[in-house]
Amino acid sequence: MDVVKVIIEKELKVTFNSLLIYIAYVAFFCVTGFTCWFSGKNVFYSGQASLSYLFSVFYWTLFFLIPALTMKSISEERKDGIFELLFSKPIKTWQLIAGKYFAILIQIAICLALTFPYYITIASLGHVDHAVGFCGYLGLLLVSGCYISIGMFASSLTSNTIVAFFVTFALLIWFQFLFEFIAELWGAGFMAALFTYLSMGEHFDAISRGIIDTKDLVYFITLTTIFLSLTRHYISKNRF
Amino acid sequence: MDVIVENLTKSFENQKAVDSISFKAKRGEILGFLGPNGAGKTTTMKIMAGLLSPDFGNITFDDYSLWKQSSKIKRFIGYLPEHNPLYNEMNVIDFLFFISKLQNIPKYKVTSRVLDMIRLCGLDNEKHKAIGELSKGYRQRVGIAQALIHDPEVVILDEPTTGLDPNQIFGIRKIIKEIGQEKTVILSSHILSEIETTCDQVMIMSNGRIVANGTTSELRRKSDAEFCLKVAIKGDETPVIYEALCTLPDILHIEIMHKQDFELQYNPGVEIEKSIFNLCKEHDWYISELTPVQTRLEDIFRKVTQNN
Repeated sequence: MDVVKVIIEKELKVTFNSLLIYIAYVAFFCVTGFTCWFSGKNVFYSGQASLSYLFSVFYWTLFFLIPALTMKSISEERKDGIFELLFSKPIKTWQLIAGKYFAILIQIAICLALTFPYYITIASLGHVDHAVGFCGYLGLLLVSGCYISIGMFASSLTSNTIVAFFVTFALLIWFQFLFEFIAELWGAGFMAALFTYLSMGEHFDAISRGIIDTKDLVYFITLTTIFLSLTRHYISKNRF
Repeated sequence: MDVIVENLTKSFENQKAVDSISFKAKRGEILGFLGPNGAGKTTTMKIMAGLLSPDFGNITFDDYSLWKQSSKIKRFIGYLPEHNPLYNEMNVIDFLFFISKLQNIPKYKVTSRVLDMIRLCGLDNEKHKAIGELSKGYRQRVGIAQALIHDPEVVILDEPTTGLDPNQIFGIRKIIKEIGQEKTVILSSHILSEIETTCDQVMIMSNGRIVANGTTSELRRKSDAEFCLKVAIKGDETPVIYEALCTLPDILHIEIMHKQDFELQYNPGVEIEKSIFNLCKEHDWYISELTPVQTRLEDIFRKVTQNN
């Protein structure tokens, strides 16, 4: 566990020393701020203090933000040959992946924590169910966890960061739109249910409405584990 | 810590990079790998550092076997990769702290180890700079510092002095020699003079095999060009001296190098100096120079690697 902590520390130090993360945060706030408060269909439009709109804005902004944060996590290290340096040290592949994964998850968590003023503003405008608020943030974190694992997987496939970015996008689009679309085409039956289950929006909607179901938790945790294992497989080919 | 390599074999696709090599590196000794490009030096070193798994064969570090205790072995090894990959965005001191934490150095020792390394590798003025801003020589020093920070028993350095200026090469050689007194050091290079001056034991590799192995003097003795003398004789015309030298028994080959300078190749085990002296006494000539020609490592290297 110590090694994981050391890697998380180092990753965060490097990230917060570079400009990229601040640009990402500013972009995140510009987009969410604009859509929440100024756009045609802003939070005042519905006429009630509702959190669902707020969370769906965060949800879609993360969809674009996370591939940008994960794209270089592994591909750049591969390109620079850093693995040669790291793996000659007493460190296991899963420790490296876990360190990087949690470092990015912490960056996203900080990003979400900085949106509390939005939440407080809406809460002071009317009655808000705080349990739903909690579930919304939990759902966003779970979704981010999945996105990060998919992003890291894509990043482990190639040494080109741009390729990694687009591969992440392609995979995310499957989980966001295509599975749902296929399910609709199927109409009903087992296959339709299967593809509906695979679609991520389905599970996030349930959690952000305030319903924590094991079915959804299992979905998010399984997906994350699968993609992190694939990442490990692609990194550790041909070595101990 | 002694390192014993047995029948190590590694192939990449259809090409055999390392072909059943065996050797031993002893504690307190510097072992140098020599070889043309693509000879398998880097592959061998990567396997020793635990980065690649061999197809066949084993390496033992004292009682630890590479197959059984690979993660334990990594604690004893300090490895400097060939291209010296480093985190360009980190500064030197942060990077060394990071590596020392990865190496599980006890907390109370970390700071002193990092400072020791900075002093040893002469990084004092650069310690707050980002690694990406450093010149090649300083990067190399950071690479060496990270390899030595946990005081490893076995130090593996893949081409440690490439791209350095002569002063830096001298400095790094000094460091290597210092650590070589107590540790097992294995280094590779294609600069022959470097191997000659720093290493106790030399191994020449070619096409994945070891083609020559021994101390530099042993290697010299093995090559037949050893029995060669440079003689300058004065007192008469060059052709006359040449003719007279030709009459001496046991001489295999004479070459006129320059005016009255000759290079003689003779049968091993003959006191050739005595017969030359007698010849000169007879003709009333005198010897102005008599030097045994030392085979340089270059010649041995070219000979053994071109045969393959």
